[in-house]
Amino acid sequence: MTMMSGAQMLVRTLEDLGVEHLFGYPGGAVLDIFDALLQSRQIERVICRHEQGAAHMADGYARVSGRVGCCLVTSGPGATNTVTAIATAYMDSIPMVVITGQVGTPLIGSDAFQEVDTVGITRPIVKHSYLCQNALDIPKFIREAFYLAASGRPGPVVVDVPKDCVNPKNLFEYPPMTEVRMRSYNPTRLGHRGQVRRAAKLLADAKHPVVLIGGGVVLSGAAKKVRTLVEKFNLPITSTLMGLGAFPGTDRHFLGMLGMHGTYEANEAMDKSDLVFAVGVRFDDRITNTVSKFCPAAKIIHIDVDPASISKTVMADLPIVGDADAVLGQFFDAIEEQNLTCNTAAMDEWWTQIEKWRAVKCLSYKTNDELIKPQQVIEAVYKATGGKAVIATDVGQHQMFTALYYPFDEPRKFLTSGGLGTMGYGFPAAIGAKVAAPDACVCLITGDGSFQMNIQELSTCLEFNVPVKIFILDNHTLGMVRQWQTMFYGGRISSTNLNYNPDFVAVAKAYGHEGIFVEKPSELEAAVEKALSMKDKLVIVDILCDTNEKVLPMQQFGGAMGDMFLAD
Amino acid sequence: MRHIVSILSENQNGALSRVVGLFSQRGYNIETITAGPTEDPSISRITIVTDSDGVEIERITKQIHKLINVVKVSILDENEDGAVEREILFIKVQAMTRQVRDELKSLCDIFKAQIVDVTPELYILQYVSTTAEVNRFLQVVSELADVIETVRSGVCGIARGEHALHV
Ligand SMILES: Cc1ncc(C[n+]2csc(CCOP(=O)(O)OP(=O)(O)O)c2C)c(N)n1
Ligand SMILES: [Mg+2]
Repeated sequence: MTMMSGAQMLVRTLEDLGVEHLFGYPGGAVLDIFDALLQSRQIERVICRHEQGAAHMADGYARVSGRVGCCLVTSGPGATNTVTAIATAYMDSIPMVVITGQVGTPLIGSDAFQEVDTVGITRPIVKHSYLCQNALDIPKFIREAFYLAASGRPGPVVVDVPKDCVNPKNLFEYPPMTEVRMRSYNPTRLGHRGQVRRAAKLLADAKHPVVLIGGGVVLSGAAKKVRTLVEKFNLPITSTLMGLGAFPGTDRHFLGMLGMHGTYEANEAMDKSDLVFAVGVRFDDRITNTVSKFCPAAKIIHIDVDPASISKTVMADLPIVGDADAVLGQFFDAIEEQNLTCNTAAMDEWWTQIEKWRAVKCLSYKTNDELIKPQQVIEAVYKATGGKAVIATDVGQHQMFTALYYPFDEPRKFLTSGGLGTMGYGFPAAIGAKVAAPDACVCLITGDGSFQMNIQELSTCLEFNVPVKIFILDNHTLGMVRQWQTMFYGGRISSTNLNYNPDFVAVAKAYGHEGIFVEKPSELEAAVEKALSMKDKLVIVDILCDTNEKVLPMQQFGGAMGDMFLAD
Repeated sequence: MRHIVSILSENQNGALSRVVGLFSQRGYNIETITAGPTEDPSISRITIVTDSDGVEIERITKQIHKLINVVKVSILDENEDGAVEREILFIKVQAMTRQVRDELKSLCDIFKAQIVDVTPELYILQYVSTTAEVNRFLQVVSELADVIETVRSGVCGIARGEHALHV
């Protein structure tokens, strides 16, 4: 029998759950836990410079590896600093466990030093949360937290640990690991068989079907089955921002991303479709444009593990609750049972129509010898990485350009804050990704605004040797906001100029890294290649870009899917 | 339309606040809410009355069900055999004159309400009934006497017939 303190049980539980990396930051309430961590040979600590960074790192780690990301921060400000990152993970359904220190139980409610109601503050942005009342709650709650974070529709779980629960003086018998069971939580895996059969028939009979995939396909590991289905029925397929990579972006069936900044062909195909086969999406407002005008002729088949996502905004004609991978497996059975085959004539006709929309070439843009266009940067990074890199982005124009001009062929390669749109997400997420996949080429494509929201993590990268490559699309503006001011506010530029940026190359060097500045289009490719060739170095490539470039096409407000502003 | 939502939840720290928080977070309205223990000490039961249309009540049910602590959710008024619902009203009224006292007494007899506290100047009346009846009673009493204070328990309800909500 091993007797352990609460802090030791916490560490041991993480070890038993297979945790190898813990992101975090110390403080008074977690002193005992950090002390116990010194004894762990399995868990490597990555210490951020701001707790938002630690939690985004855990998020990036989870997105790339598919495992639960974990971070540990102190009470009060440590916990509140993670709030944005928890909300980010919540919106994108990322499995993450955030362990927060808390003041001792006798002090709770007394406005003690560094006391905040962490469970209360985070309640609307977590899948679930726990406040430990005693030391033996720690192993129980952390095991449940990992199980909840990863199963069903994944999401962040907070475990708040009061200081007296980890007191090294009080020893307990460590409870052996057992399978987690909760009577109040039983996510559905398999879909309703009858529904699946009907849906398969609808799909085979459709004349203008479109497959729509989202982050759920990535999370459930259903990419392969989606591909088989698409090829079997020769289906056009589009994806949300979160689903990019779950179907090969370079495959001819792929129409590109849909929605506000989607491609013309994807949005037109949706608009004219007679069947939308949606898997792991939640039809948010960046996808649907005006809900009442959304895909007027289409029947909607909606497969999702979260019943609350079905018919939340767009009413599903045929809902199927279940895990995407499991349900698609059932589809193949249903297809075989009913002998369903591709309606070749109808699909040929449909593809002829789609190719006409494609011929518009909505992503073409003009270059010149003077100024680098942001799209060129993405294409240069694509070329230099062979399309194989893990790419994290921040939020803004550079994010949309990445989504549109870097076709991802595999899932878990594209890390971006889709639901919350968190500037400052990208850099720490890239760090988490590189920690999870040290052999992968991990790049951050960021903006001059966003990068400054978590720039302090440059120091973390030096300490823990995390050589990510950073490409700043430096347009001297909060470009996406400026774009709206230009298009919808009569060109009145209000507070979006960034004329006081630091010298990013000097910043890189000050933090002990490498930096390259580029301003001529002719120097771009060489600079990108040079940065990538410095394998063991973090390199910032500060790329001066055209301030006035817009992300186009763009859906018109109040319109249908296909109503778009196109580039001239 | 008015609906009565019955929820069985694990009797855990913060379970009630998650349910209440969900309603405000998603913009659903709560007319009344009650909570208490059940025959199983590990389970508590929450009853919420909400005014929502058909699509919305389905969304509410799904969102509540998604809460990890929640074991079961049911819309009582959708039960085929119907449901029994009651709330308690306490009303403190001025009862200074003989005439008012007599009228209050006979009113209570008609409604099957009770006078549960008496001082030389005040009565406390207790009335148990459906929300609609409670409203009516309140109306009539307030026409008769000066109301000092009212308190209502909120609705609690149970399905009629075979249907039962338990773990
Ligand atoms: C934390 C946060 N604050 C504000 C915003 C609103 N916002 C969206 S895009 C954007 C501009 C981003 O600028 P930059 O990072 O330079 O990217 P660009 O659009 O120029 O490529 C802003 C301010 C946000 N998404 N996140
Ligand atoms: Mg910018």
